[in-house]
Amino acid sequence: MMTLVRKTCAGRFLVAAVLLVVLTPALRAQPSTGSAMPSDSDRLAKVEQQVADAKTSADNAWMLTSAALVLMMTGPGLALFYGGLVRKKNVLSTMMQSFAMMALISVLWALCSYSLAFGSGTSFIGGFHHLFLKGVGLEPDPIYSATIPQQTFMIYQLMFAIITPALITGAFAERMKFSAMAVFMVLWSFLVYDPMAHMVWGKGGLLNAALGGRFPTLDFAGGTVVHITSGVSALVCAIYLGRRLGYPKQPMPPHSVVLSFVGACLLWVGWFGFNAGSALSAGPLATSAFVTTHLATATGVIGWAGAEWLRNGKASALGAISGAVAGLVAITPASGFVGPMSALVIGLAAGIVCYLMVTRVKMRLGYDDSLDAFGVHGVGGTLGAILTGIFASSVVNPIFKDAKGTVLPSGMIEGNSHQILNQLVGVGVAWIIAIVGTLVILKIVDVTIGLRVSPEHEVQGLDLSQHGEEGYYWDVST
Amino acid sequence: MTKIEAIIQTSKFEAVKNALHDIGVDGMTVLEVRGHGRQKGHTEVYRGREYTVDLIPKIKIEMVLADDMVEKVERTIVNAAQTGKIGDGKIFRSRIDEVIRIRNDERGDNAL
Repeated sequence: MMTLVRKTCAGRFLVAAVLLVVLTPALRAQPSTGSAMPSDSDRLAKVEQQVADAKTSADNAWMLTSAALVLMMTGPGLALFYGGLVRKKNVLSTMMQSFAMMALISVLWALCSYSLAFGSGTSFIGGFHHLFLKGVGLEPDPIYSATIPQQTFMIYQLMFAIITPALITGAFAERMKFSAMAVFMVLWSFLVYDPMAHMVWGKGGLLNAALGGRFPTLDFAGGTVVHITSGVSALVCAIYLGRRLGYPKQPMPPHSVVLSFVGACLLWVGWFGFNAGSALSAGPLATSAFVTTHLATATGVIGWAGAEWLRNGKASALGAISGAVAGLVAITPASGFVGPMSALVIGLAAGIVCYLMVTRVKMRLGYDDSLDAFGVHGVGGTLGAILTGIFASSVVNPIFKDAKGTVLPSGMIEGNSHQILNQLVGVGVAWIIAIVGTLVILKIVDVTIGLRVSPEHEVQGLDLSQHGEEGYYWDVST
Repeated sequence: MTKIEAIIQTSKFEAVKNALHDIGVDGMTVLEVRGHGRQKGHTEVYRGREYTVDLIPKIKIEMVLADDMVEKVERTIVNAAQTGKIGDGKIFRSRIDEVIRIRNDERGDNAL
């Protein structure tokens, strides 16, 4: 939109310049005339430019803040959350897995991933014309966001690409080689994240609801792209790698719920950047997403801790913070499409369902998803994506319009029952791409460098065996 | 010389320490320990998984005393640390052959 405004301005300047040249002789004929007043059209153009600049400044300020908030979700947020949940001997290696994403994925993103995710290409994946960030400058890309520089959009989207693989690390915590993890994540970013992001958010994407995709899936901030892909891949990893040595007989309680607590609180705050930032502007939609995010998190806490209270007689701190994350995950796809009361329902449902998933279903099935990446992100993400199709409201976000511009209903409650099917297509695509992509990558890494650390190294702990250091160094002389 | 090792409830440590100070005991070594006797532990639940914690945190006080102090110290500890419930702890008494003060190589009762 801004490019458009600028073009019009340029046009007006041209007209003004031509007029000036034409009128100059006439002005010369009247030497007594003082300095010429700017014409109305000049002044209008100037004002329009200033309005556009002001909007850019406001939106850009919020989007840069949001980008920083989303980075904070990975480090320190997720690093602390996961770091506290593992045993003492694995705290650094677990935090390092998140932190490594902040470096690795950033470089990939600049070199080619941004182009693959957000460049125009096929319905499934973007092209190569933004390779090495070519053409990604300070002018907006009006198709994505008319008021912020494309580099802001690029760096904001990068933060999502960082946290998504970092979420998977919870599933294979305490047993995967650092080298294997790094290679896995690079390949996963290409094979799973980039195509999925392109399909849901990219130009011409198969599932893109805003830009007329074939199966418009409502996913405001990444329920399918971020949480289903990471959560389902996490499940595949947990099953493929097998259980940790000693699981489930040997006790493996979190070594510091305190660290996890701080991490979860940082995630809650950072998620405002994740969801409200996904409005890509600082307008009312950002407020709406901010409010729904907060309310769903609150009921997520109540759902999980409440269920726990009823079953065990106690509400635990770990239960409360896990419920917060479950609520955050589930509201993610819905955050910019639903109203506050729907958010309360979505969060509560996520808290209860994820609690049952993590405590009952996981034990019955016997897989070792160490930190419940699937139970929270896979399940919460799927639930949230489906509930979005039910609760989406065109009053909050008029995303569907007919050819005349009339607003059409969004979710099932409004009468668009077909949207549930679209959501299921989105969910299905995310599940399939996550399962197939992850299996292929695991196989490749397994036969080339091997996935698991040796049993001796696993017993010793990954901090020492993979990184040669300890999280809590015991120095007798101090 | 006699060594007294008293394992007590962590919540009773301040009371015991003050009582010992009042009767003139001015040296002790204190350790944070974990263990159990007849006291049952408790269960903790993390994301639905139950863990039994049967090694309970206790405080262990070690003192080496001149023999004429032993009875008085033991009585003082029992009085100060007793709640009357299982888990109050135990006192162990044993003979000590020699004590050496590292600073000046003094030996025996003088080194206490």
